[in-house]
Amino acid sequence: MDLLQAVEQTQLRNAYPEIEIGDYVKMHLRITEGNRERIQIFEGTVISRKGQGLSESITVRRLSYGVGVERILPVHSPKIEKIELVRKGKVRRAKLYYLRDRVGKAAKVKEKLAAKKA
Amino acid sequence: MSKFMLGRKVGMTQLFDENGSAIPVTVIECGPVYVIQKKTADSDGYTAVRVAFTDKRPNTVNKPDAGQFKTAGVTPKAVIREFHTENADDFSLGQEIKVSDMLAVGDHIDVVGTSKGKGFAGNIKRHNQKGGKEAHGSKYHRRVGSLGTSATPSRVLPGKKLPGHMGSARVTVQNLDVVMVDGERNILAVRGACPGIKGAFLEITTSVKHAQA
Repeated sequence: MDLLQAVEQTQLRNAYPEIEIGDYVKMHLRITEGNRERIQIFEGTVISRKGQGLSESITVRRLSYGVGVERILPVHSPKIEKIELVRKGKVRRAKLYYLRDRVGKAAKVKEKLAAKKA
Repeated sequence: MSKFMLGRKVGMTQLFDENGSAIPVTVIECGPVYVIQKKTADSDGYTAVRVAFTDKRPNTVNKPDAGQFKTAGVTPKAVIREFHTENADDFSLGQEIKVSDMLAVGDHIDVVGTSKGKGFAGNIKRHNQKGGKEAHGSKYHRRVGSLGTSATPSRVLPGKKLPGHMGSARVTVQNLDVVMVDGERNILAVRGACPGIKGAFLEITTSVKHAQA
C-alpha cells in the first residue's frame, strides 16, 4: 500500500463534479471575517490544472469590470464549500493562457454541447 | 519521557490544517519497533532501551545479533538503535512499540537521517558562497578565491572552505511538528522536510530545543 496516498486519502474530497479545462465554474469559497463565516462565489473559466492528488490546484479566470482576475485554488481545500459546474467548454489545449491576451468575445470559450460528447 | 522512534521516509505531500492552509508534510513509515534489550544502571552504568526495526532475512543476521533477537523473541531486524530513558522499566523485552504509543499530534521532534549525496561539490554549492560575474569581461565565475595571506603564515589556515565531498552525512533537522499519527498503518507525518532519499532510514527523537512542558 502506498502510504503517501493513504495520508492524502484522509483529506481528499471526491464529491466534486468532473472539472475540465475550459469549463465555466462557480467556486463557493468560505470567507472568515472575524468570527463570522460567509460564502463568496467566484466564477470564471478554468484555464489551468496543476498537480495531482491532494496538491491539485486549478486556475480560474474571469474578467471583472474589464480587468482580468485569476485565482489559483487548491481543489481539495476545506475552504471551498463546493464547486458548481455551470457550462462545459470546448477547448483543444491543456492550458488556456492565450485567453489572457484576449478581451471581449475573443476571450470566450465555446460551449461543449452534450450531444457532441457521445 | 524521552521519545524515540525509527522509520523510513516515504515522501512529501501537503495537508490542510484546521484553518484551511496547506502545510508541507513529510510522510514517514514509522515503526513498529521491538524492544530487544534493556540496559540498567547496575549492569551497564546507565539506563537505556535498545529497539529494532524492519525485518531482514534470517540468513543475513550475525550470531551476536541473532542471540539478542532470540532472547527478546522477535524476528531478525535490520536496524538496531538505543535510546536513553530513565524509565526503562516501563518497557518489556520483545514489546512492540507503535508510533501512536510514542508520539501524538502536536509533539515536537528532531529527525536524524543521512542527507542526499551531492558528490564533489564546489564552494558555491557546498558553502553557499557567491560566484563572480558571468560576463562583462570577468573570468572569475565559480572559483574559490583567495586561500589566505602570503609569506605569513605561508600556509593555508585550517578550516578554509574549499570544494570537496558534500552530502551523505548525518543530518539532524530540529523541532519539527507532528501533524498526523496513525498507529494502525504506522504512519507519521511531520511538518517540513526530512533528510535523505525516499526510503531513507530516519531516527525520531524528542525535540532538544523546544521547551518541554
